[in-house]
Amino acid sequence: MAEVRANAGREMSLPTLLQRNAERYGDRPAYREKEYGIWQSWTWAETEKEVEALALGLLDLGLKPGDYVAVIGRNRPYLYWSMVAVQAVGGVPVPLYQDAVAEEMAYVLANCGARFVIAGDQEQVDKVLEVQEQLTALEQMIYLDPRGMRKYDHGQLHSFKALQAQGRKAALALADELNARRAALDYASTCVMLYTSGTTGKPKGVVLSNRNVIETARNSAQFDQLSSDDSILSYLPMAWVGDFIFSVAQAYWCGFCTNCPESPETMMTDLREIGPTYFFAPPRVFEGQLTSVMIRMEDAGSLKRRMFHHFLAHAKKVGGRILDGKPVGLLDRLKYVLGNVLVYEPLKDTLGYGRIRVGYTAGEAIGPEIFDFYRSLGINLKQLYGQTEATVFITQQPDGEVRADTVGVPSPNVELKIDETGEIFYRSPGVFVEYFKNPESTMKTKDKDGWVATGDAGFIEAASGHLRIIDRAKDVGKMANGAMFAPKFVENKLKFYPDILEVVLFGNGRDRCVAFINIDLTAVGNWAERNNIAYASYQELAGHPEVLKSIASHVGEVNRSVAEDEMLSGCQVHRFVVLHKELDADDGEMTRTRKVRRAFVEEKYQDILAALYASESRVFARTEVTYEDGRKGEVSATLEILDAEISASVKQLEAAE
Amino acid sequence: MLDQSVEFVTADGRTIGGVVMEMKHITLRFGGVEAIKDISFDIREGEIRAIIGPNGAGKSSMLNVMSGFYVPQEGEVWFHGKKRKPMRPYEVARQGIARTFQNIALFQGMSVLDNVMTGRLNHMSANLFQQAFWKGRAEAEEVENREKVEQIIDFLEIQAIRKTPVARLPYGLKKRVELARALAAEPKLLLLDEPMAGMNVEEKEDMSRFILDVNDEFGTTIALIEHDMGVVMDLSDRVVVMDYGKKIGDGTPDEVRSNQQVIDAYLGVAHD
Repeated sequence: MAEVRANAGREMSLPTLLQRNAERYGDRPAYREKEYGIWQSWTWAETEKEVEALALGLLDLGLKPGDYVAVIGRNRPYLYWSMVAVQAVGGVPVPLYQDAVAEEMAYVLANCGARFVIAGDQEQVDKVLEVQEQLTALEQMIYLDPRGMRKYDHGQLHSFKALQAQGRKAALALADELNARRAALDYASTCVMLYTSGTTGKPKGVVLSNRNVIETARNSAQFDQLSSDDSILSYLPMAWVGDFIFSVAQAYWCGFCTNCPESPETMMTDLREIGPTYFFAPPRVFEGQLTSVMIRMEDAGSLKRRMFHHFLAHAKKVGGRILDGKPVGLLDRLKYVLGNVLVYEPLKDTLGYGRIRVGYTAGEAIGPEIFDFYRSLGINLKQLYGQTEATVFITQQPDGEVRADTVGVPSPNVELKIDETGEIFYRSPGVFVEYFKNPESTMKTKDKDGWVATGDAGFIEAASGHLRIIDRAKDVGKMANGAMFAPKFVENKLKFYPDILEVVLFGNGRDRCVAFINIDLTAVGNWAERNNIAYASYQELAGHPEVLKSIASHVGEVNRSVAEDEMLSGCQVHRFVVLHKELDADDGEMTRTRKVRRAFVEEKYQDILAALYASESRVFARTEVTYEDGRKGEVSATLEILDAEISASVKQLEAAE
Repeated sequence: MLDQSVEFVTADGRTIGGVVMEMKHITLRFGGVEAIKDISFDIREGEIRAIIGPNGAGKSSMLNVMSGFYVPQEGEVWFHGKKRKPMRPYEVARQGIARTFQNIALFQGMSVLDNVMTGRLNHMSANLFQQAFWKGRAEAEEVENREKVEQIIDFLEIQAIRKTPVARLPYGLKKRVELARALAAEPKLLLLDEPMAGMNVEEKEDMSRFILDVNDEFGTTIALIEHDMGVVMDLSDRVVVMDYGKKIGDGTPDEVRSNQQVIDAYLGVAHD
């Protein structure tokens, strides 16, 4: 009993959970990172020492309780330690998107008033230095990879290793202070501040308390029976709430191992080598993997190819049912076992899903065929619905109740309600404390009873109790004739075709819908190579008549399927254009999490949009583009505007009869 | 001219040391053709030294003289204070000189890792028997060399293609692998033959950054040949300009840029 109470006190913050884990799982791996071609690893006991040294170093450098510390870089154990070390000395870690350009960083750094920045490498340090003049609060910078910074002025610049050494040296003098600060952390203290990318306006800092983070980690770990035997690959941006919950909070709660890839490019190889048991990926990762498997199978020998397609067809028939524990005939089962040995297991192993127990996807709708493909192989892929403001979890799918078109039932301790306009509201222990320095937005989003507006429209299916999302509430509109306009519904259907990367549908307040389409360079490029079609640029490929023809046929098919929906049959795409450039976050057309900024795109490409609504058959467009290093350039092209095949809606058919 | 024994500091704050290699009155003939005519210059410790010139100026011939592949008919090559006798390429390599080639000379069928490992040849002393049976020094050496190679792979950011056969790589990456192999030898002097030839702007920028980082991190002295003027001016500490086998300029990029002879010969004379 006494031990339970002692532990309870230690489960109020991540730094104290670290101490608990160092005792409980001392010699088990806490972190792995591939470097120099080898998986380097740190046990929980070693991790505690590393974090301790850094915390002392930060203390010695003058970090005060309540200070904000920005953490910028790719997923590396050192940066995860940094966040916990900052918490241990009473500071608040603020992870930033590493691919953000300097001005974006300047806004966030100035908004939170970061006194310290911990950066991964020269690239990040340079970005901060570039905007240093706007940052009055910034005092010290710490960097991880010293490469290229030998000649930098080291007055306010410290190497990570040197700071740890400095901390170890000062341990005697500062240990008491560190212990006192760590002991002062409780459920109410701020755990982390995460900036939402925001499809409109400036990013907002979401303040999450230890209560938010730890209770959410506990509840969600129970939901999926996560334990210290699990392991995860951490490759999604550290600034994203999901990564913080999966790779930090749940890892600390359960004591499982966090694995960091060698570099962003090696992620797929590293995934295969680690074979995580718990995995999260946005739909585009699963889509990309499926595309590459299919491309590689085209090159395989005919025996292998036939075996692959034969057993895949069988998996499609029974695989999902077997995974859901539904009845399946003995012969089918036996054949599935054979398929497992010959195809499914080797394939899963190649993909890195050989050991997976729980996999999640979220963020965007996933194509039902893609979703079913993975599930039919026996991979327990599920969907969840979440937000930064909810500390991720709002709804998730329990094992055995997984479907492509819902996002599951409310997560443990989450209450859900839908208001008369269809907007989804939730209340849970994970509900955020506030938006930083923004009481107005806080009040608009969270009411006095703790209900938070998601901004999404949806409904709860009566039969199953599962939530279904229709679209962003603000994107749902009405067409000129009063019919419902839900762009996501149509866009997702189109995006499920491998050669379509992105779609933006317009039609709010208009008499018909039109669309911008981006081709998927990987899929279309591969197709071009196979068919000996030469192209010099993205632009040329996107305008190729054969490509346009195939996109037009997809649009026609989607229109047929949209026509079958009673509520949304008005959203069929009448005319469309294949854009000459990819929508990109660097140009402000998307958020860093790759969500389209609708209003911005509408404004930027208004000439193309006008041409779509006029009866023109081509339009000349000149567009500014931003390169990765921030320089600007221009692309121009004459774009073909195509008319799509329109299907009669169910209602019209009924009327005709 | 600079005093040979004294160190000097470059514009960006780097210290350039004493003379590493000195070319004294080099003349190289192929039959009746004089490829290089009485050229002298030096290369100092820790600098990036460029040799530029229009096509056919004799740049590659000069690099081949420096690497010991060609023996000049007249003149002397001094390396680390000693006059160099004619020697075979492997002897030059042992002296601490490594190079890359204009038209990539990698083992196409081998992986990137294996190609870079070949750069460690001079750091291996296990004999054939020991290597074949994995006895004696062989294993320890392999581990030690692999570690060094992995550091270079990390440095040049080619982890993702570690196991990829070189033949499957795009041109820009092959160039980077060649640089990796040259670096694996831990050279004192690195000779780069047109490291940016045939690259697009982005690849050139990447390569420039790697060359600067190599110079900065490992302190490697680098001599490079290039005809992309812009790249050279940004990159190098001192530049030798050649035209028709003769040296027509030598100095810092600014000095060279304002040299009228260089402007005429290299950048072209305006035809009114």
